[in-house]
Amino acid sequence: MKRFILALALAAGLPFAASAAEFNQVQTDKSAIYFTYQQMGVKMDGRFKKFAARLNFDPARPTEAKATFDVDLASVDTGAPEADEEVAGKPWFNTKAFPTAQFVSGAVKALGGNRYEVAGKLTIKGKTQDVVVPATFTAQGATGVFDGSFTIRRGDFSIGEGAWAKFDIVANDIQIKFRITAASAK
Amino acid sequence: MTNTYTPTAKSLHWLMAILLFGLLALGFYMHDLPLSPQKLQFYSWHKWAGVTAFLLVLVRLGWRVTHVPPALPGSMPKLMQYAAHAGHFMLYALMLAIPLSGWLMSSAKGFQTVWFGVLPIPDLLDKNKELGDLLAQVHKILNLLFVAVIVSHIGAALKHHLIDKDDILTRMLPRH
Repeated sequence: MKRFILALALAAGLPFAASAAEFNQVQTDKSAIYFTYQQMGVKMDGRFKKFAARLNFDPARPTEAKATFDVDLASVDTGAPEADEEVAGKPWFNTKAFPTAQFVSGAVKALGGNRYEVAGKLTIKGKTQDVVVPATFTAQGATGVFDGSFTIRRGDFSIGEGAWAKFDIVANDIQIKFRITAASAK
Repeated sequence: MTNTYTPTAKSLHWLMAILLFGLLALGFYMHDLPLSPQKLQFYSWHKWAGVTAFLLVLVRLGWRVTHVPPALPGSMPKLMQYAAHAGHFMLYALMLAIPLSGWLMSSAKGFQTVWFGVLPIPDLLDKNKELGDLLAQVHKILNLLFVAVIVSHIGAALKHHLIDKDDILTRMLPRH
């Protein structure tokens, strides 16, 4: 009987052991990258349909976390086909020359609770900028969800050149929002 | 001088005439333009002016139901009098329906209307491509109908002035 209870305790303990492990299997079907911006005072939003993500996050050792995102810029969904075509073109993303945007994480700070701050480098259209991304992490059993948002200025990356370079129609500030779901390794 | 419109009715009539001609011209011009900052600006202006026109027509309807307009000349055949009332009814119906269809179309297409870039008008419809395309057709057809009714309205006013030589046109003019 004692042996049985021990076995039960071990079995019950296993999921905890698993959840303490590293979250590193990104589930792209349960993840999303959105953006919002202002157009003459009108709040607009869109998303990127395709992106690849690599991520290692151990809640016990958050400062050692690493993340890399590669976003397929041609997969942009602005909500209007005409605008999708325009944004993929030369004045905006110029996806022929620069097909992907990349984020590579640097230092990670634990802010207490489930809040973290990830410094990193964001490269779009051949231009690299330092960004600081606040994010929260919520574990749900063997999967964990990262939520966060940060603001970039499209002018810093020459997104929208020529006639679009002024910010009176399409604002400079673009909010990037993400929800990344990752499972822990078996 | 009882056989004339009130200065308020005249002001609203001519103010809206100018605004609606501008709206129609801009609407027919802008929808075929390639995407550019200017096109987005034109769309915003058109939507702001459209909301303004809708509010003005509400004021105008309020004035219309509280003030009896001058009667049609007794010399007009009964059938023509009915036609005149039907024409004016159509003008009011379209002045209400056209901005409403534009607002609903914007909602369904996912572009909220924000009056003068400051006051957001709530989206009544969720984003829906098929519905958006349908409402764009509705907005267009209503406007083509509107142009036809306006042409008859102006034609009728000129006919009254030049052929019947009555005061139908002049009683809407500023100094009559």
